[in-house]
Amino acid sequence: MKKVFSRPKSLKNVAFHYCAGCGHSITHRLICDAVDQLGIRGITIGVPPAGCAVLAYNYFDMDMLEAPHGRGCAVATGIKRTLPDRVVFSYQGDGDLAAIGTAETFHAANRGENITVIFINNAVYGMTGGQMAPTTLLGMTSTTSPPGRSAILDGHPIRMSEILAQLDGATYIERCAVNTPQNILRAGRAIRKAFQYQMDGVGFTMIEVLSQCPTNWKMTAAESCRWVDEVMAQTFPVGVIKDIGKGERHAD
Amino acid sequence: MAKARIVIDRERCKECHLCILACKKTLIVATVEFNTRGYHPVASKDGDECTGCTLCAVTCPEAAIEVYRG
Repeated sequence: MKKVFSRPKSLKNVAFHYCAGCGHSITHRLICDAVDQLGIRGITIGVPPAGCAVLAYNYFDMDMLEAPHGRGCAVATGIKRTLPDRVVFSYQGDGDLAAIGTAETFHAANRGENITVIFINNAVYGMTGGQMAPTTLLGMTSTTSPPGRSAILDGHPIRMSEILAQLDGATYIERCAVNTPQNILRAGRAIRKAFQYQMDGVGFTMIEVLSQCPTNWKMTAAESCRWVDEVMAQTFPVGVIKDIGKGERHAD
Repeated sequence: MAKARIVIDRERCKECHLCILACKKTLIVATVEFNTRGYHPVASKDGDECTGCTLCAVTCPEAAIEVYRG
């Protein structure tokens, strides 16, 4: 029999430290798949964040350079400007990209830096124990908003993709999810397309991934996958938000 | 002769059971055995029904499933 599906070659043969059902590990595999399919493993440099994925360099079998909290886009900018022939991606969570790194991300997108940002949105600060993040949904309970997030006290969830899409430097921004096989396949195509845009020198690309966090949402893996569709996607609608590259409507 | 089969890496499985939901023919089942990390890994039912659609492998967060077809 012929092997039709196995681990990507760029994904190291070690066990993930992520919780059962976590979207991080799925996204890691999708990035490695895209790198393998494009044949760019030797020229790809990744920038892991602070957060649950701080140890991402243990899993990607390619060059990685750790960034301080929130500074992924700034570090990626430096790498890309020094080595313009490399494919550079920054991998950031919502606390990293939408809170402490807002300025770096915003201005990197505005400058149209030719980098790809993979933005993992799970609506909480995962690694530190599920505190409220800028992307936490209204009414959603977290350890720092036990009665649920209130718009008056805590403000509204930030939609980073829509904000960055308004900047002229951003060329391709899509919001995906990794809660069902169909959505995972779509996210994989979006990541591959973003890398392709970067290789074509189009400009700033970002893929936001709605990622389930069963542990901090206090759910089973199956429940958290349903919750992404039923609740989270109401605030963060999935789809292409901006694509000026070739005028296509969707990655597929 | 089966059309396809899957191989599950029992040591990697963290029993999130997303593959069980992904399989349209419910050919993956939970077990009560332990792996060395203390999880109950899932297992694939023997039989000829697997079509090798790869949806279980696409879903598996641990990349613990390999699919063979042909």
